[in-house]
Order: sequence, then C-alpha cells, then structure tokens
Amino acid sequence: MRLKLNIWRQKKDEKKGCFESYEIANLSPDMSFLELLDQLNEQLVQQKKTPVAFDHDCREGICGSCSLVINGNPHGPHKGSAACQLHLRSFKDQEEIWVEPFRATAFPVIQDLIVNREALDRIIQVGGYVSVNTGSAPEAHSTPVEKAKADEAFSNAACIGCGACVAVCKNASASLFVAAKLSHLALLPQGQAERKNRTLKMVKQMEREGFGSCTNTGACSRACPKEISIHSIARMNREYFKSLLS
Amino acid sequence: MKLSSHVPSGPLEQKWDRHCFELPLINPANKRKYQIIVVGTGLAGASASASLAELGYQVKTFCIQDSPRRAHSIAAQGGINAAKNYPGDGDSVRRLFYDTVKGGDFRSREANVYRLAQISGQIIDQCVAQGVPFAREYGGLLANRSFGGAQVSRTFYARGQTGQQLLIGAYSALMRQVDKGGVKLFPRHEMMDLVVSEGQAVGITTRHLLTGEVKSHFAHAVILATGGYGNIFYLSTNAIHSNVSASWRCHKKGAFFANPCFTQIHPTCIPRSGNYQSKLTLLSESLRNDGRVWVPKKAKDSRLPKDIPEEQRDYYLERIYPGFGNLVPRDLASRQAKFQVDAGLGVGSTGEAVYLDFTEAMNRLGKKSLSEKYGNLFQMYEKITGENPYKTPMRIYPAVHYTMGGLWVDYNLESTVKGLFILGEANFSDHGANRLGASALMQGLADGYFIIPSTITSHLAGCLPVSEEKKHISLRESEKESEERLQNIMQIKGSKTAGDFHRRLGNIMWNQVGMIRNKTGLEKAIEEIQNLREEFWKELYIPGEQSNKNAELEKAMRIADFLELGELMAQDALEREESCGSHFREEYQSAEQEAIRDDENFCHVSIWENKQNEKTWNLHKENLDFKEVPLSVRSYK
Ligand SMILES: Cc1cc2nc3c(=O)[nH]c(=O)nc-3n(C[C@H](O)[C@H](O)[C@H](O)COP(=O)(O)OP(=O)(O)OC[C@H]3O[C@@H](n4cnc5c(N)ncnc54)[C@H](O)[C@@H]3O)c2cc1C
Ligand code: FES
Repeated sequence: MRLKLNIWRQKKDEKKGCFESYEIANLSPDMSFLELLDQLNEQLVQQKKTPVAFDHDCREGICGSCSLVINGNPHGPHKGSAACQLHLRSFKDQEEIWVEPFRATAFPVIQDLIVNREALDRIIQVGGYVSVNTGSAPEAHSTPVEKAKADEAFSNAACIGCGACVAVCKNASASLFVAAKLSHLALLPQGQAERKNRTLKMVKQMEREGFGSCTNTGACSRACPKEISIHSIARMNREYFKSLLS
Repeated sequence: MKLSSHVPSGPLEQKWDRHCFELPLINPANKRKYQIIVVGTGLAGASASASLAELGYQVKTFCIQDSPRRAHSIAAQGGINAAKNYPGDGDSVRRLFYDTVKGGDFRSREANVYRLAQISGQIIDQCVAQGVPFAREYGGLLANRSFGGAQVSRTFYARGQTGQQLLIGAYSALMRQVDKGGVKLFPRHEMMDLVVSEGQAVGITTRHLLTGEVKSHFAHAVILATGGYGNIFYLSTNAIHSNVSASWRCHKKGAFFANPCFTQIHPTCIPRSGNYQSKLTLLSESLRNDGRVWVPKKAKDSRLPKDIPEEQRDYYLERIYPGFGNLVPRDLASRQAKFQVDAGLGVGSTGEAVYLDFTEAMNRLGKKSLSEKYGNLFQMYEKITGENPYKTPMRIYPAVHYTMGGLWVDYNLESTVKGLFILGEANFSDHGANRLGASALMQGLADGYFIIPSTITSHLAGCLPVSEEKKHISLRESEKESEERLQNIMQIKGSKTAGDFHRRLGNIMWNQVGMIRNKTGLEKAIEEIQNLREEFWKELYIPGEQSNKNAELEKAMRIADFLELGELMAQDALEREESCGSHFREEYQSAEQEAIRDDENFCHVSIWENKQNEKTWNLHKENLDFKEVPLSVRSYK
C-alpha cells in the first residue's frame, strides 16, 4: 500500500514548526505505525535529509514513550491502544495521514514530534507514593485486600504516563493522570496514612505546572490507551474536597 | 590478575547473614559525604537509587528515556518468583534455590543463588507495602501461579503487567527521594564512558540526548544497572533502546565480561511478519499453563488449524516430556520449536511458527476465567496479528529475550574494576546458562533493594580519597575521549545507514550464534563480524549534527559496540565445547537431540578480559563448585 504523510516538523529551540508532506510506497498492512516512521526515516537518511524525531521504546504499549497525535487523535483511531500498537491495516490505501506531537502548555515541543513531559514526573514526585523505606515492610500477608478493590487499584495503576489525556483535553488538563495515581493508592490499605496530604500536594502541583482544569468531557478516558475510567476523576474531586475540609 | 568471588565461608544458609554482619558500616552522618552514580532506572537501578538515598547517600541517577518510569523493565509481563509458600504446595527457600541452580544447568554460583532465594520473600513484602496491586484471591490474600519449569506455584503477578507494576513501585520510591533531595535525576542521558582513576571507578561521562552535550560526573562508586544486550540480534523482545554500550565501555576500561554467549531465546513470541519488522513481541509464557503447543504431523500441511483433526496433530512437548509437558524450561521449548520448523512442520505464512492452542482450556475453564487470566495477552496478540486467540490457535515462535551473560561480579556485585558494581540483567550472576521464568524481576529487585545497600560499604569504607587534581584530569580525559569517538563516527560519511548494519549483524548472530551453534558456523560468524565491522567504519552514514537530538548517531554508537560484542559472543560459544542450558552446540548432543554437558571441562564461568587497546581477549575461568545441589543431568523427561 501507499500513504501520504503530513508530519509536524519543528527545529530544536524554534518556537514554530510546520507540516511537511511525504509520500511513501511499498508498505505492508501488517507494518506498525512506528515501523512506517522507521521506513520514512531510512529513506530520508538515504536522501541525506534530517529524519523525523519521535519518542518510542517498548513498541508494545506499555512504556508510554510514544506520543503522536494521528489524524487529530492522540495515539490514533483505536480505543485502548498506544500509537506503537497501531498497524497500517487500520488505514486505507492512498490515505492521507496527519501526524503531530502531543500538544499542551505544560508539554513544550522539543523537536519535531518530541515533547517535554517532565511535569508528569514532578507531580508524582510530590506525593505519588507510599513512604516505606526498603526493609521496613511488614509481611505481605498481614494485610488482606478485598479482591475487587485490588482489581480496581490495578486498573488505575495501569496508567502508562503517556499524557494522551492531556493532549486530547481542550483544557489540557492532567486530571485523569493525577486521578489514576490518587485512586490507585486511595483504594489500597497501604495508601491510607498519606491519603489527604498526597491528594492536596498532587492537585496543587498539577495546577502549578500549568495544566488546565477539568470540565468533564470524558475525552481523556476515551483517548487513554489503558482506558482508565472517568469515575477516577470524580473520586479525585471527592478526595480533594474531603482533604480540604478535614 | 587473580579473580576471587569473595563468597563468604560457612554453611550456605548462613553465608549472607554472616557477610552482612562482617561488612563494614558507615556512620549515618558520614553517608551523605559519599556520592554514588546509578546508571539505569529499570527495576535494578530504580530500587538501588531509592534504597541508597534512603540510607543517606548522595545519588545521581541516569537513564536514556525521558522519564525513569519508562525503562525496559516496564514491559515484563508474567510475574516475579518468591519462596513464600503461600499455597502450601511444598515450596521453600531451598527448593527455589535448587530449581534455579538446576534450571541454570549448573553454571551459576551456588552462594549467590541461595541468597537470591533467601531474599525473595522480602521483595514481595516491600512491593506490597509500596502499593503494588498484585493479583489476589477472593479472601483478600495474594494469588500465585506456576511458571515455566516450576512444579510449585510461587509466581506473584499483576495481570500481565507485573514488570510495570513493580517498576512503578520502584520509580515512585525513587521519585520520593528526588523530592527529598537524595537523588538527582539525569533523564535523556546516555553513558559514554566509565572514568577510572588509579584502578578505581570515579565517575562516568554522558551525552545529553537532546543537546549532544558531553559531560563527566564524579562519584565515589558507580553502579551499572543498564540491562541486557539481546538487541545485538536486531530482532528481540527488548525495548528498542536497550543496548550493551554502558557495559561495553566498562569492559573496555577493565571490567571482565562473563559467559557472553548465554542468551535466552523465549519460546512464546509473536512470529515476525516481514522485513520491516523492528522488534518482536513476547507473549508471557504463563500462556503455556493453559495453552497446548502443537504442529501438524504432516509436513507443509496448509489446512487451517481447525480443519486438522486431533489425531493428525503432534502435541510434541507433551509427547517428549510427559512429566512437564508444555511447561518445560524455555531453552527446551524453544529448541523443540526450531526442530519442528526445521523439519518442515512449521505453520503460518512463513512456516516459522508453531501453534499454541486454548481450545481445551476454553472447554475446561470457560471464556470468562480465561480472559481474567490472559485477557490482555490475547488482546495484544489480536492487535498485532489481527487474529482472535479465543477462536483460532495463536502462532508463536522463539525470539531472543534475555541475556544471562554480563559483566562479571563477585559476591558483593563488584566488577573487576574497584568501585564499579553491576546489578540486574547487566551482570552475569545468578541464572547460569538458562534463566527460569519470573526470576529476572526477582534478581533485579534483590540486587537493588537488598544486596547493594549492604555490600557497597565494602568499597566505600575503604576507598581512597581521590585527589582533586587527579580527579579533574581523569574526568576531563574521559570527556575528551568520548568527544573524539563521536567525531570519528560522524566523520565517516559513507552511504549506508546504521540500521542496515544492525540488520546484517542480527542475521549473522541469529543464524550462527543463535539457538543452535556449531564450530564451522561460529568461525564463519567471527570472520563475518570482523568484515562487517570494517565496512561499518568505512561506509556508515550519519545525518545531522552531534549537537542535536540525533537518533541515527545514538543507534550507530550502540551498533559500533554490538559489532565488537558479537565477536566475543561467538568466541565464547566456540570455546565452550559442550551444550548446556541455552547454549546448544550441535556437536554435543545425544541421539535424541538432548544437550550433553561436559562438567569435567566446562564447569566454570568463562570470563573475558579485554586486552588494552586491542580487539582480542584473555580468558579467565572461575570454577564452579556444587556442594549443595549435586551435579546431575538436567532431565525433564
Ligand atoms: C517482554 C519481556 C517480558 C519479560 N517478562 C519477565 C517476567 O515476566 N518475569 C521476569 O522475571 N523477567 C521478565 N523479563 C526480563 C526482565 O524484564 C528484565 O531482565 C529486567 O527487567 C531487567 O531489568 P534491569 O533493571 O536490569 O534493566 P532494564 O529494565 O533493561 O533497565 C535498563 C536501564 O538502563 C538504562 N540504560 C541502558 N543503557 C544506558 C546507557 N548507555 N546510558 C544510560 N542509561 C542506560 C535504561 O535507560 C534503563 O533505565 C521480561 C523481559 C522482556 C523483554
Ligand atoms: S513505545 Fe512504549 S508505549 Fe508506545
């Protein structure tokens, strides 16, 4: 098959970029979307041109590195997958495709399709953990955890920290990311001691980083490669108000 | 140079406790005077960084990715072993130890393996306390399952994303220390060189992957936790940026490399579909708990699997290994798949695959319970292949997955360079010639959480103060050397891409240094790799500049090191004239195609010393002594 790609190109240290078009032929429908970019880059290198810079590593939807907006959708057209899990069989022959970086005030573009997402690490840094020094843990079976709660905690802990929720949100809010971490720990007995403080600190840091506020459109949850539920945001809001009041 | 493993004396069960007692202590107030560099933020590096900072050391942590949470460990699926014996099925520290030594085909160090088994339970305690959401039973207690090669259920898991959950635990502990100021993070930094002054590791030199800045960093000790080198095969299940360069740079500065040819080929991966393929995807071998492996009895049978009646199928693992069936260790399962494919019995469009069938499990357990156990793996398979495993058998084929070989370390995890410690997949330590499923996560976390925080004092307490002047000189020299290396590679200005060389190297490795090896093939491989290396340094082309994000340059630097390692792997495989674990030499097999080990001549670790400024090596041997698990033929029949 054959595709026409319009890819966002932006030089390092420059404020502006633009789309550039590339035609690419002899593609197999079984090829992954990132392999398509590999092939394009290999061609560009052979023509002594600068290849397209993009973040990637695991290529199986778990590391959260890849961060492409494909035809207006973060991670592309499918629910519950990351861009690296997208295959060309999802496109029509001769289709025109638009590829951009994840965009948000808090995610400045570094070069081409690479953005800076360190803000997400800084949110975790202020409280996204249970404070337990190595070696001080009690025997694992001393605290049973209701299976349903453990499963729900897992569903929230499944967040890969990619930032698709931010990229898709019209307010560039990081609410789903923060809510997932707060939910994961609030649902488990281990997370109780620091519950209030954690909520206050992480929410405050989210605001400080310049993420917008949530207006409940649910777009984040639909774009999330791990399909984290919008209910988590409601939980975060409850947690936040409870923490403020107590 | 005389190598000593520094294994403490005394009974096996007491060695670690005794050693911890005998290790020097560093006064809490003095700890913050020591700076420690940790390279890598996978399970080993993240857990080490967090634990050392908790103790009060000043830690500097480096990784390639934009966030420490994205390290390759994130992709581990199936689980982590621990000898908790929660199911009460007869597990114990001794049994985990025994299984690991036997699984490693008697090529690991007993004392290290015993310590690993001893620590395993504490790891689970630590992770649960951090909020790792392991799978649980309805009663609220932790669930366990059995995993390739084990007859007890000792594997803890979090759906099919165990690595992710453990790494998020270690990453959050790390970020907590970043917040407290105990750890300074350096993401998007690639290690270029180890700085050695007077035989002692005193820092590293890095390249910033966005700006190209080359800079050296001082430390009193350097900890390398940079993962395995499976990507030398081009196609592997490793993340794209996994590499050998950090280890290789240390090797060039005096760290010896042990058992480089021990490479694990994982039996359950999605077969490749075409030449454009950039990596292979693993499907957790937990699938073998309920899936049955088969091929058609007739060669080149092109019927759909559903049209092949039961009696015309060969469930070959169940047939050959009735005791273990589909759960035989990885090396056996992989090799048998290759034998079937080589005999023309392979399936799918390329003929390079075998079936993994869930029909029987669907009937026994029902779709709901099957999807609870394997839902995300089935989904992953369907996303990649477009086929639904609930309806049609999966197609699987072995792929390179893990490297047991790595930098040589003693009992303290210290390499042959003083002050340089190696953790996780990057060291050679615990898995011998073959690693059991769910044991890498255990080892990475044992090294990082529990071993290095104790053993690092063996170096720190005695390390000599480095004079400011000497320190300055060696750091600057290393920067200069790295900059020159970068310039040299940028200046080649040939016409071939780095990817082109990587694919060609991968082919040589897979065909001649892969699942099945022989003398002629290995000798040919050495010659071909030498030629390819020469061509690389003449014909490579890298676009762009050094001072920008330059993925081609990053790739080329890593491939340059793979092109040297490849030769050493082939040489190691050539020198080891026996078949053991993952290392299968065609010349050393029985009439039934089973491996023949040679304990008389090869019951040792092969340790390679790089001759200064030369591309040749000296071989040293560490003899292995099996006192607790008597040497026996590993039989799973
Ligand atoms: C798909 C898959 C599934 C697996 N499943 C399991 C399982 O179920 N159970 C199990 O026990 N094991 C499993 N394994 C094996 C296990 O995941 C790995 O062995 C383990 O995670 C390695 O951890 P590590 O900390 O040693 O290194 P890694 O996680 O590989 O981390 C390496 C770190 O080093 C950094 N780094 C590397 N090179 C450099 C450099 N030059 N400069 C700076 N930084 C550098 C990287 O950025 C990264 O942070 C699996 C492996 C794969 C590939
Ligand atoms: S590359 Fe890891 S999630 Fe896409």
